[in-house]
Amino acid sequence: MGTENITMPQLGESVTEGTISSWLVKEGDKVTKYDPIAEVLTDKVNAEVPSSFSGIIKELVAKEGETISVGEIMCTMETEEKGIDQKEATIEPPRNNSDFNKSDETSKKRYSPAVLRLAQENDIELTQINGTGKGGRITRKDVERVISSKPSVSKDVPNQQSSPSISNPKPHRTVSDESPDTSINTGDMEIPVTGVRKAIAENMVISKQEIPHAWMTVEADVTDLVSYRNLVKNEFIHSEGFNLTYFAFFIKAVAQALKKFPELNSTWQHDKIIQRKAINLSIAVAVEDKLFVPVIKNADEKTIKGIAREVYELSEKAKNHKLTTEDMQGGTFTVNNTGTFGSIHSMGIINHPQAAILQVESIVKRPVIIDNMFAARDMVNLSLSLDHRVLDGLVCGRFLAYLKEKLENMNETSIQMF
Amino acid sequence: MAVMSYIQAVTTALREEMLRDEKVFILGEDVGKKGGVFRATEGLFDEFGEYRVLDTPLTESAIAGVGIGAAMYGMRPVAEMQFADFIMPAVNQIISEAAKTRYRSNNDWNVPITIRAPYGGGVHGALYHSQSVESVFANQPGLKIVMPSTPYDVKGLLKAAIRDNDPVLFFEHKRAYRLLKEDVPEEDYVLPIGKADVKREGSDITVITYGLCVHFALQAAEKLAEEGIDAHILDLRTVYPLDKAAIIEAASKTGKVLLITEDNKEGSIIGEVAAIIAENCLFDLDAPIMRLAGPDVPAMPYAPTMERYFMVNPEKCEKAMRDLAEF
Amino acid sequence: MTNRHKKLGISDDEVLNIYKTMLLARKIDERMWLLNRAGKIPFVISCQGQEAAQVGASYALNRNTDYVAPYYRDLGVVLSFGMTAKEVMLSAFAKAEDPNSGGRQMPGHFGQKKNRILSGSSPVTTQVPHAVGVALAARIEKKDLVSFVTLGEGSSNQGDFHEGLNFAGVHKLPVITMVENNQYAISVPFDKQVASENVSIRAKSYGMVGVTIDGNDPLAIYEAVHEARNRAIEGEGGTLIEAVSYRLTAHSSDDDDRYREKHEVDEAKKSDSLVTFGNYLKEENLLSSNLEIEINNELDSVVNEATDYAENAPYAEPEDALKYVYEE
Repeated sequence: MGTENITMPQLGESVTEGTISSWLVKEGDKVTKYDPIAEVLTDKVNAEVPSSFSGIIKELVAKEGETISVGEIMCTMETEEKGIDQKEATIEPPRNNSDFNKSDETSKKRYSPAVLRLAQENDIELTQINGTGKGGRITRKDVERVISSKPSVSKDVPNQQSSPSISNPKPHRTVSDESPDTSINTGDMEIPVTGVRKAIAENMVISKQEIPHAWMTVEADVTDLVSYRNLVKNEFIHSEGFNLTYFAFFIKAVAQALKKFPELNSTWQHDKIIQRKAINLSIAVAVEDKLFVPVIKNADEKTIKGIAREVYELSEKAKNHKLTTEDMQGGTFTVNNTGTFGSIHSMGIINHPQAAILQVESIVKRPVIIDNMFAARDMVNLSLSLDHRVLDGLVCGRFLAYLKEKLENMNETSIQMF
Repeated sequence: MAVMSYIQAVTTALREEMLRDEKVFILGEDVGKKGGVFRATEGLFDEFGEYRVLDTPLTESAIAGVGIGAAMYGMRPVAEMQFADFIMPAVNQIISEAAKTRYRSNNDWNVPITIRAPYGGGVHGALYHSQSVESVFANQPGLKIVMPSTPYDVKGLLKAAIRDNDPVLFFEHKRAYRLLKEDVPEEDYVLPIGKADVKREGSDITVITYGLCVHFALQAAEKLAEEGIDAHILDLRTVYPLDKAAIIEAASKTGKVLLITEDNKEGSIIGEVAAIIAENCLFDLDAPIMRLAGPDVPAMPYAPTMERYFMVNPEKCEKAMRDLAEF
Repeated sequence: MTNRHKKLGISDDEVLNIYKTMLLARKIDERMWLLNRAGKIPFVISCQGQEAAQVGASYALNRNTDYVAPYYRDLGVVLSFGMTAKEVMLSAFAKAEDPNSGGRQMPGHFGQKKNRILSGSSPVTTQVPHAVGVALAARIEKKDLVSFVTLGEGSSNQGDFHEGLNFAGVHKLPVITMVENNQYAISVPFDKQVASENVSIRAKSYGMVGVTIDGNDPLAIYEAVHEARNRAIEGEGGTLIEAVSYRLTAHSSDDDDRYREKHEVDEAKKSDSLVTFGNYLKEENLLSSNLEIEINNELDSVVNEATDYAENAPYAEPEDALKYVYEE
């Protein structure tokens, strides 16, 4: 004895449901196998459905007039015999093909035409990409990922700091060697390091590993400078045709301070320090998703207007991808306009092989106590990173104090624009 | 060895097979007393009698269907369709019956029939005496389609078709019948169905084709050799099922592949050849897979200007081969 | 007075065997409908109403040498030619052991080489040229055998009917064609299918004898086929026999015969050959009540055993789908 279900049969090709037009048995009835138990109506046929078992009708699950899907239970039965199990062909689930051996690199160097074209057009070194395809093959998507994550820096940038006379020391190890955690989790994206990004990374590692960084920050009150600039900016753009930015004033002040403290305009080279005569300031110019670091040469000899023009011209060149290698070579000190991003304090990494970098932070109006009274003043932080092999706190403190003084004294009467 | 034309090779193969095996018989329109409209069965009626070289009514479906019945019984019928263009009334018998009998009977029954039909253009045959019909049958597992290119191949492949235990469509290029002559061994030999044949070794480009186009390609290859272009030519011989290994090998050899057919381009045999190459040879390809074929119009027109425009010829082959070599 | 079957040279045992084969066909057919309605087999196509023609004709043939090319209703023919109830059920359940197709074809697509039952397909009438081909082979090989092909009256409008019979007629080939005129081609009645007054009249244009016979009378069919076979063996060519009966079921398990009146079916059931032929045997004192019960019990257990066996038999392996495209 056992309980068996009688389900709605598929009465005809393409038929998916049937309606019980009437039950020919009631609960408790004894039926023999193949006795008709119900009349069923489908889209294709009217049919008497027979019992698949001999036994007693236990429950009429579907009611008269009810439409149920093929395979749903019509009624249950207490049976005398055991229902015959339909032997269904067991279909093995297909093996998971994505489970291929990750260490298989047999196809790593099989480049499809699409991959080769993309690599060529985007100057990508394919040997540096980890392929995600079968056998380690580099897929088109692998290359597209690299392209979309390309650093927003011109490819000439990594080399621009080095003066022609100074050779880059070899890094102790490359970035790609550094991989404390190499496990990849679901959803993680592997971005291969190649080309420009790789060069930048290597230079940053050299800077950070080789140069013992020290930091100091001073605060300058540039209220007068702000007033002056606001006073003349409209006239300036009208007469000169480009913006007068605060940055030009800072560059001018830094150039003057470097002239006074040439120790900061130096480079470390193994067993000697080279103090540069020319004051060539590397500046950062952001263009959409790219960052260029061109150089204003002999900044100490230029007027504020001249510096402002050069900043303007260099940024125009950057926008139009016209910057030349020459525009970006020979920097001796870097002024980084971090204030553009709203930063009020940062610790820059020195552009190897320079000796220091100055972060000009955001100008913020703040309450300041002057003569025991609160005053609303335009304040700016100047954060310096220094190579402690070359420089000490003393000279740098003096440099910053001088710079602070220069800036705080920039006003309508002192400033010489031209 | 004897110099033999393409059609003499057909007749020779038929006669030798009829002598070898009494189960072999021919049925078709005008095959008896007349010896066939192309004289493919010339002399056989007198030699073997009416019931082994049977003139049938005009009844293509029954030529195929009666042949299929006789083949199921155990005979080796060779049915002739007078022109490949007239095979259409027999398509149900060929596709629904001959192709599927072994499979549908779970290997209980088989249909060892050969259906011969002259195909191809360049003979002023117009729309209904010029067609290539192989692609109609070339997605029907159970069928084999043989399209020989030389008298030597005709003899060896037709004998193989007759001895094959599955249905074989044997398409003979009617322009090749008297155009092509070569030494053919007088002894008995068969060539393997399902195997392609390298007709010319070369290293610069690969041409894959079949039927009369093999000759066009060979002629073009000789001209191009003077320019230093070395063409490798693979003759498919059997266009269904295709010899995938040979196709992959030939395509990989040079990485530059030209596929030629005189059939309409879209949906033709060479489209499938291109698919096999695309699936297997990506990293060996040095150029896009190229195709030279008839235009996608219903069939070949009668007027010589339009017929010539439709047909593949040695000049068209030469140009396409040079273009590919220069890629 | 000699009774009808003795006149035809049929022994008492043989005539009972005709009845038992007809009844077995009917019982298998009825079981398959139940299995379908119980959801166990997807499809049934019936022989009901045509058993007399099928079995009567088959018994007039040489069931050891002749070839048959049956159509999808010919359960009576294939049972007569040696297919067993178990084999039919294996086909109904699409099991691997099905000798017709190994579970590849729908039920009703018969074929069994050892019993000379040609394999059939679903496009109708293609089997007619095949039977002609067998007859041609017999002629070439000078064998004393005939081929027997069946089809419905609707199929007699197909080109292959004309092409096949004309071919056979031209060469006077030993082929017997039996059109089982069951009055309906699915839903379309005879007068909307066939322009001539009957099917057998078409024989004239093929240069062969044509006869229309009561399809519910197995002895009449036997006689017609017997004569046809004698002519065929004598080299007088083929015969077109039209066996008129009535399709007692819907076209198939997928059909609902709402297109015809119930009383028409009820009327036809009065001349159901299983009843009328059973009565003949009773009148001839060949079928006592006891024997009738005995035969019914025996056949019921044959059908039950066949059903159970087939239901429990294994399916083909999935990858067997790849087998036998070509010779292996």
